[in-house]
Amino acid sequence: MSETATVPLDAASGGGTWRFPIDQPLRLDSGAQIAPLEIAYKTYGQLNADKSNAVLVCHALTGDQYLASTHPVTGKPGWWTRVVGPGLPLDPARYFIICSNVIGGCMGSTGPASINPETGAPYALAFPVITIADMARAQKMLVEALGIDTLFAVVGGSMGGMQVLQWAADYPEKLFSAICIAAAPRHSAQNIAFHEVGRAAIMADPDWRAGAYELAGVRPDKGLAVARMAAHITYLSESALQRKFGRELQRDGLSWGFDADFQVESYLRHQGSSFVDRFDANSYLYITRALDYFDLAAQHGGVLAQAFRKARDVRFCVLSFSSDWLYSTSESRDIVRALNAAGCRASFAEITTDKGHDAIFLDEPALDSALRGFLAAAAEKRGIA
Amino acid sequence: MTAGPIREDFKEILRLVRPGSRVLDVGCGEGELLELLTREKGCDGQGLEISTKGVSACLARGLAVVQGDGDRDLDHFPTQAFDYAILSKTLQQMREPKHVLSELLRIADKAVVSVPNFGQWRVRWALLAKGRMPETKALPDPWYSTPNIHLCTLHDFTALCDDLNLRIDACAALSNGKPARPIDPTRAIENWRAETGLFLLSRKADAAPAPRQDLFG
Repeated sequence: MSETATVPLDAASGGGTWRFPIDQPLRLDSGAQIAPLEIAYKTYGQLNADKSNAVLVCHALTGDQYLASTHPVTGKPGWWTRVVGPGLPLDPARYFIICSNVIGGCMGSTGPASINPETGAPYALAFPVITIADMARAQKMLVEALGIDTLFAVVGGSMGGMQVLQWAADYPEKLFSAICIAAAPRHSAQNIAFHEVGRAAIMADPDWRAGAYELAGVRPDKGLAVARMAAHITYLSESALQRKFGRELQRDGLSWGFDADFQVESYLRHQGSSFVDRFDANSYLYITRALDYFDLAAQHGGVLAQAFRKARDVRFCVLSFSSDWLYSTSESRDIVRALNAAGCRASFAEITTDKGHDAIFLDEPALDSALRGFLAAAAEKRGIA
Repeated sequence: MTAGPIREDFKEILRLVRPGSRVLDVGCGEGELLELLTREKGCDGQGLEISTKGVSACLARGLAVVQGDGDRDLDHFPTQAFDYAILSKTLQQMREPKHVLSELLRIADKAVVSVPNFGQWRVRWALLAKGRMPETKALPDPWYSTPNIHLCTLHDFTALCDDLNLRIDACAALSNGKPARPIDPTRAIENWRAETGLFLLSRKADAAPAPRQDLFG
């Protein structure tokens, strides 16, 4: 994804790694548990005296806790510096903003690359399968460990939006407001199909070694890069790809071979090869699986509105992008209808853009103004100065 | 935030709506009325608005608003979720006014609906004298660009209410920014005089809301 000019908040950030002792395991939906559990997180701003200004931001599939800080691997500014910063909708002068790496991730939270205490070697495929609800449960442990009882807001896009929905379903009493951007209440067959392509690419890489690549001292970079290339197409709209690249060539004339003749090929190859520097193949398998398993209605007797029955006091904001075909507007509408049916206070806007799913991270003034308006009004209601 | 004096039709709606009630404003625009209802009457308001500009303005005001289309999206609201559903001067722009009206009274106990009166003497005179489609203060657009595709007279509207088994609890005539004047909309003289009719409607006691399957199945 292309970032706009942004300023990371390195000096103003806090955080670290929270280590939960072995007697405080994370209990998973699968019945397994993770102990000891580590959660890597960043914070921005200060918790106010009555602890009412905490905001949890949930990251997307390949995101991490470097919300508004320079990324330690890529050196790029954080993934949401357009939204988090002085004068921006999530202003650290007003809010205490927390972003943690999801469990199963590869930026410091316990995941398949962490050491399995039973073997002393990396978990690899011995790591238990996790769910979106497990991610939210781990976040709740962190939030409580930080001494926060109620979050002013939980905010997220894409997979982050699914975590937001899960928070609203599982811990509504801990939320004042919830913002769900470009997400879906379930993974569709098409969503699962694309993820299966990605996983198949990783598993087909001979260096994957049935997940035990770290012990062998190799990495399935080729497979992971192909997975990223396939997924990246789903983040962009057809018209955005056309506008950006068309049929433009890299050089004058065709190569009459299989080099990256077209600019779009070169772009995708770059997306793939730069991704492997900052992401772990097994993490990709586990997190995509968590997404595929996500079906909020199924957790509530097949009726999505039931998921929100206890969330009537939560102020919801649901946003979608008109050209997003990964998690389309109709999926957001399903969420809104369920919220309405459950009697929740919900706002919904479809933002007109041709940037596709990736609009979450891109220069999209309508997104900023929706976030700004909703958050400011909610903060006023909550009495946050 | 609201500049200038309160619109006369809004004043009348404020008068009709019980304090602290749950209100759905269909076609809420930039949320002026919802904001008034929230501030002046302590209502719990929800807006439905089709335009992006309107939705953004509502969000900026801190109102709960859903971007959607009154013609299509009312069906998804649960039965009797609101005390009042408000539809201000837009019924005549709907593709299916009859369906919309019955939906309003499924979703809410009462509906506040205003419609421009095509039976007003100015309209009748324009058609009679000039033989052209009327253009009046209440209906300012030429026939080819007007959003009003289902115009009716006060008598047409009261006939539709009868047809849907709705009771008219109150009716006021609104004319050219003057204060609302309570009227009996079935009287012929009012069908001549009123520029716009504003109705407070409810279901007749023997008419239960049409059952429909909501998201709880």
